Amino acid sequence: MAAKDSTEIEIDLLLEAIYQKYGYDFRQYSDAHIKRRIMNRMVLAGYNTVSEMQFQLLHNKSFANELLNDLSITVTEMFRDPGFYRSVREKIVPILKTYPFIKIWHAGCSTGEEVYSMAILLTEEGLMERTTIYATDFNQRALDEAKQGIFSNNLIKEYTSNYQVSGGRSSFSDYYTADENMAIIGQNLKKNIVWANHNLVTDSVFAEVHMILCRNVLIYFKRELQNKVHQMFYESLINGGVLCLGSKEGMYFSELKDVYQELDRKQKIFKKKY
Amino acid sequence: MGYGAIVIGVSSGGLKALGEILPSLPQNYPIPIVIVQHLSPRSDGYWIESMDKICKLFVKEADEKEKIERGNIYMAPANYHLLVEQDRTFSLSTDAKVNFARPSIDVLFESAAEVYGKELIGLILTGSNSDGALGLKKIKEEGGLTIVQDPETAESSSMPAHAISTSSVDHILPLEGIQKLLIRLGERD
Ligand SMILES: C[S@@+](CC[C@H](N)C(=O)[O-])C[C@H]1O[C@@H](n2cnc3c(N)ncnc32)[C@H](O)[C@@H]1O
Repeated sequence: MAAKDSTEIEIDLLLEAIYQKYGYDFRQYSDAHIKRRIMNRMVLAGYNTVSEMQFQLLHNKSFANELLNDLSITVTEMFRDPGFYRSVREKIVPILKTYPFIKIWHAGCSTGEEVYSMAILLTEEGLMERTTIYATDFNQRALDEAKQGIFSNNLIKEYTSNYQVSGGRSSFSDYYTADENMAIIGQNLKKNIVWANHNLVTDSVFAEVHMILCRNVLIYFKRELQNKVHQMFYESLINGGVLCLGSKEGMYFSELKDVYQELDRKQKIFKKKY
Repeated sequence: MGYGAIVIGVSSGGLKALGEILPSLPQNYPIPIVIVQHLSPRSDGYWIESMDKICKLFVKEADEKEKIERGNIYMAPANYHLLVEQDRTFSLSTDAKVNFARPSIDVLFESAAEVYGKELIGLILTGSNSDGALGLKKIKEEGGLTIVQDPETAESSSMPAHAISTSSVDHILPLEGIQKLLIRLGERD
């Protein structure tokens, strides 16, 4: 085998340092993704080598925070993939309706846009009153933003269109109050949402839930880590519970794919077999 | 020396340009092809099926963790960046847009250049932005072969022109010349 190049060695050491010092474990994230994020930060911060960043990481708390934030991609939107939400209405809501109370785990919820989308959908389906949504992420900065439920006004057009395509039954503007710059999510949508810091790699099974959404998080994990997290999801779901992945995430490589039934192949919705 | 992969970046005017090049590649073509075509984020992949119908090679959307294999033409999914891993599998990412684009040509090209080095062929076709220029430069720096559609013949000249002005390019050709060159490069394998 050819010798590893220096940058790769430096990146391995950096990830090791992040783990030992801050407890975040990125060692089994996809290499191309991690490398891209680290090199971006290196160039932005004006360093020539990853080793120079190692010093900053260990001794400069605010630099470390920046880097940790870089490594967790928080890009998200309201009613992202409208077809997915349409499918939730058609295929999952009838299942949820059979339960007297409903627990949903939204793992890797980032700044909360998807969580509020789900709260809107469940409100329209008459289910939000008996639902608790546990919304978790390992990025505290994103969670703090999520709790506030404030987003920029210039996104409203796109979100309104997403909402309509997703099968929204009302007017999107019913769910926020806006001034010139900001739109604030209505208080009643927030009532049954519990925000919590949870790390999918280092923390354990979360709760007995009826539905798990984990969209566009596992794509960043290597195969073994995906399998480990899939195992945790499986243990957290009740029998007959539903697992929703991102639209380009499969169960192809999970050892667990046979214990789920496909509810919607295209939207990556799976039901845990009894 | 054989080539390990061809990466192609194309934007406006792309479906037509690809429709002229890809169908002429023979069924036993030995080099896998990976394409970033800028599309609307909501594009449903129907165009991939239509492309598959007119090509002898199998045209499919790239899946995360999928192994890159000869005989296939892989298309980046709409709204995701596509990256190549050291073990020659794909990664997807919803990272912020780069050059206003997701998927971004630069992201694919730069990650592929790190993996394939001089075994990589990079090709920039028609498009009205500047995505891909830095990626192509990186391919050249790693010793790969770089090809750009002659801007004069491109439906949108801006993307090829940016690529040409950003680094020294090995071949500047019209679509027909590109098609012949790709076939010839495949025969050397
Ligand atoms: C691209 S966002 C996806 C947001 C949302 N689910 C969506 O699809 O729009 C990925 C999120 O996963 C979170 N994440 C990454 N690794 C994680 C881990 N080990 N534990 C918990 N959250 C993680 C990131 O902080 C980020 O907020």
